[in-house]
Amino acid sequence: MSLASIIIQLLNGLAAASSLFLVSAGLSLIFGVTRIVNFAHGSLYMLGLYGAYSLIEALGRTPIGFWSAVILAALAVGLVGVVIEVLVLRRIYRAPELFQLLATFAVVLVIKDAALFTWGAEDLVGPRAPGLSMAVEILGKRIPAYDLLLIVIGPVVLAAIWLLLTRTRWGALVRAATQDREMVGALGVDQAKLFTSVFFVGSVLAGLGGALQIPREPANLDLDLAVIADAFVITVVGGLGSIGGAFLAAVIIGVAKAFCIGIGTVTWFGFEVSFSKLTLVVEFLIMAVVLVARPYGLLGKPQAVQRLAADPAPPLTAPTWKVALVWLVLMLAVPQFADRYITIMLTDIVCFALFAVSLHFIMGPAGMVSFGHAAYFGLGAYAGGLLFKRAGLPMEAALLLAPLCAGAFAVVYGWFCVRLSGVYLAMLTLAFAQISWSIVFQWDSFTGGSNGVFGIWPSAWLAGKTTYYYLALACCGSGIALLWRVLFSPFGAALRAGRDSPLRAEAIGIDLRGFQWAAFVLVGTLAGLAGSVYAFSKGSISPSTISISQSTDGLIMVLLGGVETLTGPVVGAAVYTWVRDAVARHTEFWRAVMGGIILLIVLLFPQGLVGGLKALFFRWREQRA
Amino acid sequence: MSDAVLQVEGLHKAFGGVQAVADVSFAITAGEMLALIGPNGAGKSTCFNMLNGQLVPDAGVVRLAGRDIVGLRPRAVWRLGVGRTFQITATFVSLSVRENVQMALYSHAGRLRSLLRRFGAAFRPEADALLAQVGMLDQAERPCGVLAYGDLKRVELAMALANAPRLLLMDEPTAGMAPKERVALMELTAGLARARNIAVLFTEHDMDVVFSQADRIIVLNRGQLIAGGTPAEVRANANVRAVYLGGTH
Repeated sequence: MSLASIIIQLLNGLAAASSLFLVSAGLSLIFGVTRIVNFAHGSLYMLGLYGAYSLIEALGRTPIGFWSAVILAALAVGLVGVVIEVLVLRRIYRAPELFQLLATFAVVLVIKDAALFTWGAEDLVGPRAPGLSMAVEILGKRIPAYDLLLIVIGPVVLAAIWLLLTRTRWGALVRAATQDREMVGALGVDQAKLFTSVFFVGSVLAGLGGALQIPREPANLDLDLAVIADAFVITVVGGLGSIGGAFLAAVIIGVAKAFCIGIGTVTWFGFEVSFSKLTLVVEFLIMAVVLVARPYGLLGKPQAVQRLAADPAPPLTAPTWKVALVWLVLMLAVPQFADRYITIMLTDIVCFALFAVSLHFIMGPAGMVSFGHAAYFGLGAYAGGLLFKRAGLPMEAALLLAPLCAGAFAVVYGWFCVRLSGVYLAMLTLAFAQISWSIVFQWDSFTGGSNGVFGIWPSAWLAGKTTYYYLALACCGSGIALLWRVLFSPFGAALRAGRDSPLRAEAIGIDLRGFQWAAFVLVGTLAGLAGSVYAFSKGSISPSTISISQSTDGLIMVLLGGVETLTGPVVGAAVYTWVRDAVARHTEFWRAVMGGIILLIVLLFPQGLVGGLKALFFRWREQRA
Repeated sequence: MSDAVLQVEGLHKAFGGVQAVADVSFAITAGEMLALIGPNGAGKSTCFNMLNGQLVPDAGVVRLAGRDIVGLRPRAVWRLGVGRTFQITATFVSLSVRENVQMALYSHAGRLRSLLRRFGAAFRPEADALLAQVGMLDQAERPCGVLAYGDLKRVELAMALANAPRLLLMDEPTAGMAPKERVALMELTAGLARARNIAVLFTEHDMDVVFSQADRIIVLNRGQLIAGGTPAEVRANANVRAVYLGGTH
């Protein structure tokens, strides 16, 4: 690469970094003060793009029209943030953190459908910035003037945030709350107002980040989760709550991506290495390296004190043999009465139940929340499909070997993940899922790329829908039974103990990391089994089985059912799969309906469905007694 | 001293430019109650954390029954027979009192790696015996998350005894307890230590507890040991009086 092209790639990277920085800074601010991991932050960015598009159309493609549209769009997104905070999040600040997460998932669904309703499914290509549509010649290469402006905007906003945080009373409160939220409350600061204002500022930043992208990127409905993944990576690499860190990380990642595109395909020692294909992965690789070297990010500090720790998890109770038997008989009997449609749906439910139970195992009793559990489900599905199609194994062998492949990935991913805890751990799991997704998505020749793999059907003796349902029930049912059994074993008890008090676990000789690693591999293998059974039931697989939305589906199932009970995830999987299907058959806007239902449940049953029903039952029994 | 359970020589630790512990040496014998006292910030916790493996000293030797344990992880130190209680209790809140003690017993026996057996089936009598010794048997079924603070301290003591330790390290064992409970807990500890020939090293702010329960006291100030001896000797020591009472009496 010549010096000129290096400088050009550097400029490209810096231009891309600006928007990433704006979104991430907002996310970081909101997390710092409210401790909410706002999954809807990417949706706010998406709204910024759409909003800017419409406002420019309305105000005219003049410099004044363009810039008023950008600013108005950002402010409007800020108001949307305020509405979300006041209507939803404010009501659940005292609920367990994971439940707040569930609420933000619901908001993602609602906003996606609101955008679909308002702007339609087509990508919307915005105008170039009036007055800045020319290119500037630098070292013989042409670079858009707008990109140069973006390069300036990033540091300007960084300076503005810095001034706001260090020179105003509001900024002092934000910094104080980031360090010690309860103390700020105890000093008589109106937390509700503070939180709302932080949400406003954070959302404006997300909206501005989106609006500024309109000349560079078409508005589309997939931006929400794509951007939230980028923003997570940047905040985590920079250090949660550190604005300067977010800027540094955005620059590093923006530049790294630009260089990957710039380098293109290189031949090293006879091997072709395609750097441009690395663009989707490179940020996650950077994140994995940074987190292992500096567990709190480049400029981050260990997580702030939280005196109001969540209530201790209640003791676990296993379903009794009698109850389990009744359910088993029911599940066996259903296909004898039900039609083909219900049998297929039940097969799905059984697969997702094992997926959800394995996720629950790791995030509940083992205390390691995963945002990327779909990695193992999807890798299991792909391993099954590829062993069958490419390696030519018999279907039965492929089905049973696939979980081991998923488990092998869990060995590698888990080794990194158990070095972290809390939000950082969750983000790293997301990173690994995205790495897996990117590889599967881009490796056309092997995985079929975005089309996936077709024609993976079960052997003839298993091909009947009812037979296959029984196979799924046997595989996934045993998986669930095994996981539940393990929870009550010495190994499972040690995991629960380590979640309760890592300090004490270490002090009585428990190699907690080793145990957690083993748990990772166990749940990865079983999620892989769920994926493999699922793949053969569908006959095809696509990268969406590894996508973020598959991971969040799993989280929704677990949280919907209730993380504190064993049966919760099963109920959650069943209800979510069934309702989603039922709603999707009636309306194009099934996501909004699902989001609405989830929000209702979050506000009414903060312990999840099973937890909430249990609480209702106990209250009823007490009243009778 | 050949019969020393724990022998500490020339322990040093600095954080940045601050010398937290400087040239600390002492030894403790089996069955002995040794109190480590000193004003806030004297370096007691730093000292403690170097003994249990939480911190690695900059210099110095820590010998447990003759074996150098510097650089070992906390769990390895535990395996060599060192039990611990914490200043702020650390128990497994979602497990029952009995299960907490059983967890330590399973770990001691190296039987936590089993995936299919049921936890809690083994070591029940052993756990109950330990709980009886600390007076917690009647609450064995309750989850630790609902216990009163003083009771949690007793559970910790039972857990610390589960690996038949030769040394107990107790960091502020009575912090946060009512005065009456404090003496009771330390009397219990002293009784168990003597009966089982365990050496006990504890830090403590309550001087009633220290002077009534310790066999020997060592005094730390600004990272250095300034006195050591029987309670009577320490009480009469001019340095100690200066540190605690101020001025130069």
